[in-house]
Amino acid sequence: MSPQGTVTVSAGTGYNFAYLDEGTKRMIRRAILKAIAIPGYQVPFAAREMPMPYGWGTGGVQVTAAILGAADVLKVIDQGADDTTNAVSIRRFFTATAGVATTTRTAEATVIQTRHRIPEAPLTEGQVLVYQVPIPEPLRFLEPRETETRQLHALAEYGLMHVKLYEDIARHGHIATTYAYPVEVAGRYVMDPSPTPKFDNPKMDDCPALQLFGAGREKRIYAIPPYTQVRSLDFEDHPFRVQRFDRPCALCGAEGVYLDEVILDDAGGRMFVCSDTDHCETRRADGHTGEAA
Amino acid sequence: MAHTLAHGFADPVHEGQAVFRAAMDALSRPGQIRPLATTLAPPAPLIPELAALALALTDADTPVWLDAPLRAEPAVAAFLRFHTGAPLVDAPDRAAFALIADPARCPAFAAFSQGTPAYPDTSATLILAVETLSNSAGPAFAGPGIRGTAHLDAGPLPADWASRWAANHAAFPLGLDLLFVASARLAGLPRSARPVALEAMPCT
Repeated sequence: MSPQGTVTVSAGTGYNFAYLDEGTKRMIRRAILKAIAIPGYQVPFAAREMPMPYGWGTGGVQVTAAILGAADVLKVIDQGADDTTNAVSIRRFFTATAGVATTTRTAEATVIQTRHRIPEAPLTEGQVLVYQVPIPEPLRFLEPRETETRQLHALAEYGLMHVKLYEDIARHGHIATTYAYPVEVAGRYVMDPSPTPKFDNPKMDDCPALQLFGAGREKRIYAIPPYTQVRSLDFEDHPFRVQRFDRPCALCGAEGVYLDEVILDDAGGRMFVCSDTDHCETRRADGHTGEAA
Repeated sequence: MAHTLAHGFADPVHEGQAVFRAAMDALSRPGQIRPLATTLAPPAPLIPELAALALALTDADTPVWLDAPLRAEPAVAAFLRFHTGAPLVDAPDRAAFALIADPARCPAFAAFSQGTPAYPDTSATLILAVETLSNSAGPAFAGPGIRGTAHLDAGPLPADWASRWAANHAAFPLGLDLLFVASARLAGLPRSARPVALEAMPCT
């Protein structure tokens, strides 16, 4: 009756609950606890091979598998959409291996796994947001050596990152970084928020939900606890600013949300619609309409 | 006398998940008291909640250190060895987890691994079985996971606890993370929790 090796097999799949074995879950859970205690610091973990290729969210899937319980309600989004390949396949994966309930409604979910967006609807205290992360190291393209970037984090030496943002200003007249925009967490670690548009950076600050980040290929887990100060790096004379859209969503008329450009024909026709499909559908159900609806 | 081993989790998958989730919630919201239900009946002085966290978080990869009262009872070591497979170590600085049944005599924090500047996650986690655990009074904390300030009253603890915690937080990102367990409940105190001096708090 030792817990090591005892397995609850999910009905019909032959896999343990949520796919991973219990020893792997414990290892990931310990990494998550340390990540929470050191906000923004990248905890190394022994990421496993998953039944999907790297780049399809193996890190996020492992974090989700480690925290998921039978009573959780899971939502998965890919660039804000619940109905694209990555989101559908991951949702199906956990339906099959864990039998958990899934939803597309942000408000109903207890665990939300995301690829590159934060939902438009405000998150709440009972929720956990799990990010899929390709390159967790914000300094990687400035300093390729892991031994060096680790020292830079240990010394809180982030001058390089400010040089990068300054070079943006020197070349373009403004900070041209628009996604994976570096943030400082709780006044200490500089962190890569994953390739979310910088539009979403302000939502990370003082967020009531726990935010967990999993990078499978790079084998790192990091976290932002709830109600943690998250500051986008900037300069006094070039303050951080989010993208603005000069028109509302063509389907629901929403303003102040992140929009995707949709090409309609080969004659230059296009429309801009909410990237968050749940937000757009909820608004349309409430009777809001845009110019194309 | 027949000596039978106390049982472990009846359902290791879901009970382990529930205990971990309580610990995750507790550490990510310092000062909040979380319910921690368990049907374990481990040998005294190992209390059920301490045993539940040990079974949920430790295994062959995590050296565990036991404090004097737990070490003095061979049935405790036998229980933990069988159910977790964790190596029990004599030197506290080698432990990933320390189980402490007598928190008033908790060794100095410096005795445990603090992590290194490059790998602060290698520090120890202390799990302390306390008698009182409340968030309506006690020292105040601020920082990540806390909206405004939070109180956490745990005891009994050594007389120099406040200065120990101040030093532990000042060493951030190095330092220990604590989980307090009491009857059917749990609270967390990560190294990021900043002690708030009472005189510095706004008068309302």
